[in-house]
Amino acid sequence: MEEQKHTRKGWLYEPLFPDVNTWPIYKLTQERDEFLKEVKEAAFKAAKEQTKTNQGLNEELAKTYYLERIRLKTNAWAADKKDEGPFWEGVKKKLLKLSPENEKTPDLNEDNILESIIDRYTEEIAGFFSPSAYNFAKEATTFGFARLLNASEGKGISRFWKTRHNLHEKIRLQGDLDHIRTLAKKGTLVMVPTHFSNLDSIMIGWAIASLGLRPFLYGAGLNLFGIGILAFFMNKLGAYKVDRRKKNMIYLETLKAYSTIGMVRGCNSLFFPGGTRSRSGSIETKLKLGLLGTAMEAQRLNFLKDKEKATKIFVIPVVFNYNFVLEAPSLIDEHLKRTGQQHYFRENDDYSTSYKLAKFMLKFFTKSSEISISFGKCIDLFGNPVDNEGNSIGKNNEKIDISRYFMTNGAFTRDSQRDAEYTKMLGDEIVKRFHSESRVFASHVVAFVAFELIRKRHKKLDIYAVLRLPEEDQKLTYLEFTNGVSRLLDRLREMAANGEVHLYHELEIPEIDKVIETGIKNLGMYDAKRPLYKTKDDFIMSEDFNLLFFYHNRIEGYGLAKYI
Amino acid sequence: MDSQNTSDKLPVGVIGAGVFGTAVANLLAENRDVILYSRRPEVAENILVKRIHRGQKMSERIKPTSNIEELTSSCTLIFPVVSSSGFSEMIRTFSPYLRPDHILIHGTKGLDVRLKQGETLTEKTFLNRKMVRTMSEIILQETEVMRVGCLAGPNLASEIALGQPAASVIASRFDEVIREGQRALRSSRFQVFGNHDITGVELAGVLKNVIAIASGALSGLGYGENARALLISRGMVEMVHIGKLMGGDPKAFFGLAGVGDLIATCSSEKSRNFTVGFRLAKGEKIEDILSSMDEVAEGVNTVKVTNAFIHSAKTRAPMTETIYKCLFGGMTVKEGVDYLMNLPLGTDLDYFS
Repeated sequence: MEEQKHTRKGWLYEPLFPDVNTWPIYKLTQERDEFLKEVKEAAFKAAKEQTKTNQGLNEELAKTYYLERIRLKTNAWAADKKDEGPFWEGVKKKLLKLSPENEKTPDLNEDNILESIIDRYTEEIAGFFSPSAYNFAKEATTFGFARLLNASEGKGISRFWKTRHNLHEKIRLQGDLDHIRTLAKKGTLVMVPTHFSNLDSIMIGWAIASLGLRPFLYGAGLNLFGIGILAFFMNKLGAYKVDRRKKNMIYLETLKAYSTIGMVRGCNSLFFPGGTRSRSGSIETKLKLGLLGTAMEAQRLNFLKDKEKATKIFVIPVVFNYNFVLEAPSLIDEHLKRTGQQHYFRENDDYSTSYKLAKFMLKFFTKSSEISISFGKCIDLFGNPVDNEGNSIGKNNEKIDISRYFMTNGAFTRDSQRDAEYTKMLGDEIVKRFHSESRVFASHVVAFVAFELIRKRHKKLDIYAVLRLPEEDQKLTYLEFTNGVSRLLDRLREMAANGEVHLYHELEIPEIDKVIETGIKNLGMYDAKRPLYKTKDDFIMSEDFNLLFFYHNRIEGYGLAKYI
Repeated sequence: MDSQNTSDKLPVGVIGAGVFGTAVANLLAENRDVILYSRRPEVAENILVKRIHRGQKMSERIKPTSNIEELTSSCTLIFPVVSSSGFSEMIRTFSPYLRPDHILIHGTKGLDVRLKQGETLTEKTFLNRKMVRTMSEIILQETEVMRVGCLAGPNLASEIALGQPAASVIASRFDEVIREGQRALRSSRFQVFGNHDITGVELAGVLKNVIAIASGALSGLGYGENARALLISRGMVEMVHIGKLMGGDPKAFFGLAGVGDLIATCSSEKSRNFTVGFRLAKGEKIEDILSSMDEVAEGVNTVKVTNAFIHSAKTRAPMTETIYKCLFGGMTVKEGVDYLMNLPLGTDLDYFS
């Protein structure tokens, strides 16, 4: 593969907008009061619309209070504010005063209480953006990544300080990057990556900087804000805080309003539409549409405000491909527990301290082979391709005016059910593109073939029974394994020719033994137990069948099993 | 939701001036101005002059045209009602004129099959779900229109033309489509229900035509209501079975568009599909029946498609297979009935298994 060119500082591209004062994300901080006021108003309107009547709102407030009390009692976090208890006590008192048997208190009604809750949520969610912290983080990540990568290859200390060029050979940014940069000048970008590893967030931040794009608005788990050094940066990089424990309507509407107004104000945004990391190791097929829906709403608001001059929103599906996922053992364990319904599942943090995080990074880079970050083709919110001018191109290869999707009988209309359906359709399109943009690695191929061959031998067993098979039943001869790999490669090449998937360059090698060797070497190279290895007497075996299953899942969903 | 008053002023479009298209146009004309498109200019001309078409008196509010752009530029709500065999071609012709703000509610009860060039559909043809498209899937794949709906239910065109009371279902993922369709169609003699499961409703409307052929055949043999009740209820089981295989939710089959339409078509001698079965039982050849019919009996093509589909899916559907054999395989209707009556007994109800 051709080596990618670099800027002087080791990035792929020079920044598109060097002047930080033109960055919408920075303006959110500069115009913070005004921005947050808009968020609060939008959230208030949405909550009122959902509850319809005063009675409905009253019930919603009571429910919110109840849920928040439970959260405080059973699931408190270090990142929580100290005055949460008193605040919710206050809400309770006000609600009691509103009950019919009490006399009316002047200036107290459901709307006030709603406002006070939204105020609190908005302040909690809102982030800050500091250009100097951003620049520092940008440089530090590159520096750190490069040093770690070089260290892994090096023999002596000198290697540690080698040029930075290795970085882009290790972490491949693939896809039509120039097109993305062109569109960054025409509209607002929304990136939607797959999510396999905690490392994804850092990787995507680095990739965005390397593409020379302005930083993206993104939500980060509130729990991360409780971790020393991470909290310091998160607080200054414009990240907004998402609290997964809060599932009440008022909170969710506030969160959505924050994202919507951020995009209306021109901020590029980043969502992991799968929600959390893929537990099974497979590409997401069901997306969480809440935040994706905020892009739809922002686009509608843009059209409503500026008609044909409106800023358009472009969606970029992004697929990460790793040869191994550090968290694989715990992820697949959780997946099996969940689907097996044997145990109650509880979200746990794989990097709850700065130390653990650092260790995680170090291991990742020093052990890693290549990583691919594939950027899919940009689409509009209705799944249409977009040309260099930002025009949506329809099925007859002509420009189409997508603002009309928000019109009924020739006029703009607001219809949340309609827009929710559009969002679902967009979600389906993104899932399709995740699959076609994904890069298949040799390690995915060997894992898939080995697992499917063994599963085929035991057709009558369910997946849990297959995973518990004794070691001697998980043994494959090298010949049957090679034949399987060969059949799968034939099919994959056919699919790649049809644009249904991409093959990583290592799969272009004609010698099948080399492909297998690369695959086995790279597969789960970090994991203590090898998911796959070749014995001296030419058998293919696995030390950890659950892990093999996890890596196998990476190319599940293409209907490949029948070809092996 | 913002209220809309402009909608009542815009005309509604109807594509296809067949019996059902004409009936739909007349229904719409009770509320709105209508532009009725016919591919053939002489038909449009004829309607304009005579104001009678397909035996129906045409409302003064209906403006016939054979100009695509006239229809698409003045209407946002359009009802395509053409036979399934001409549907995808019609949609491709219209596609360049259709915009993202158009709403399409079709009234066609058939399936479209995509085969390789030169290939014809036989019982040996391999068919998977991707190759079989419902009409709404054609619209979504071939045009910019996303707001798609379908109109289905016991709507025998001749009865509607007489002004008798009736009801229909508009199915769409979009509330807006259902709402706009209801506003345009509802009248004191025509009720319109909504349903969100468009695939289920489409499939119910499509699959019932196969049973209607069988019902006609029973009448042709001179059998009475016991036999028909047996047919309808067992036919329902088979419809649900095939419908599920094709990705429809069984629930839609129990509504107006499913069991409602099934009862109407299976009992009516006015139904085209019924007529095909009736004449077949009387000993006529299928080619002769079809060539003498004025309009398409959708059930005949549907039998071909579903028969190939169930074979490809490696499952059984005895009624469909038998009807196929009676139509194309040289089996007589009497032999067909005997074969079905001698099948080993299954369970009565297994919809939800």
